[in-house]
Amino acid sequence: MCDTCGCNLTPGNKHLAFKPVAKGATAVSVLKGLLQKNDDQAGHNRDHFDKRGILAINLMSSPGSGKTALLEATLTALKDEFTCAVIEGDLETENDAERIRAKGVQAHQIVTGTACHLDAHLVHDALHHMTLDGVDILFIENVGNLVCPASFDLGQHLNVTLLSVTEGDDKPAKYPVMFRAADAMLLTKTDLLAVLDDFDPDKAEAHLRNLANPAPVMCLSARKDMGMDAWLTWLREQLAAQRARVAIGQSRRPAIQSDGMKYHSVTA
Amino acid sequence: MHELAVAQALVEQVDAVIDQHQAGCATAIRVRIGPLAGVVPELLATAFPLAAAGSRMEGAELEFTHAPIRVHCQTCGAETEAAMNRLICGACGDWHTQIVSGDELLLESVELETSPTPAS
Repeated sequence: MCDTCGCNLTPGNKHLAFKPVAKGATAVSVLKGLLQKNDDQAGHNRDHFDKRGILAINLMSSPGSGKTALLEATLTALKDEFTCAVIEGDLETENDAERIRAKGVQAHQIVTGTACHLDAHLVHDALHHMTLDGVDILFIENVGNLVCPASFDLGQHLNVTLLSVTEGDDKPAKYPVMFRAADAMLLTKTDLLAVLDDFDPDKAEAHLRNLANPAPVMCLSARKDMGMDAWLTWLREQLAAQRARVAIGQSRRPAIQSDGMKYHSVTA
Repeated sequence: MHELAVAQALVEQVDAVIDQHQAGCATAIRVRIGPLAGVVPELLATAFPLAAAGSRMEGAELEFTHAPIRVHCQTCGAETEAAMNRLICGACGDWHTQIVSGDELLLESVELETSPTPAS
């Protein structure tokens, strides 16, 4: 953590800090995460959530894999049980936020313009436009994109990655950074499996396991109300787990950040 | 596309290092990057001059240390190299592994001009 005295140097990185340089110049070792500022803001967002006992979930997937449809069905199913709120991320339009508001749920739309992902600062700004008191679960619907959103911590507790059966069952192998970050993988639009003979849910799960990811895999169709119970049960369990953590002053970061941290010789 | 955002974060960090050491400018910047960080070094190198334009690191050389993907097996304890989309143990084939290296995105070191030099 210390940037000045050299205590963050290890036998593995020492040579980088002390390599000879030109006269009149000096080389300093930094060893800080490049996205440190984003991560600090994400930590701040997470504190906001934890203080209020909110469970924050980041939904990621390709465009059109059914994130908003899943949210609509989920919010309808949970409306008598929990208070939910939604942050929507899109390059343009308020369409998704309007779909959520039509369900009687608070929603804030982040319009990113050309940015391909949400970051912790955008989410923080959005939080200032929302009423968080009394909220149990906050869903953050990231920009539809299987690449960039995976690299930015927003302050969420869990990543949920959707893969619709109209895509390919090898998507986890093609986009390993994204699927490695998933705390749960949802195979969506599974009502279409009957007419799509080239998508094998078992293969999709095998590709996920090849990324050393133990996340649960759930098959569902939000539109046809298939398989929703397992997803809703998982959500209830995760909210209970979040409340238990908050009660003892702990928090949780999504799979990608905690994974392997203890093996890193450097604290980023 | 998000590499520009990463380049901007890099410029902010190096700026802070220049301030901290009361240096004139940065001449070389070394970033440690692993394939699982989701940032492409070539694209970051392209985005960097745009983000650094007019700053005290304009013209600084951006160098990369490419971190290999290595996994530690929780089942057999072996530490092996792995492919980006096959993070399984190279010894026993089990998927219960943890990343030891390969997901880093670190500002490793910065070379600074100690004496104040006219900004170019």
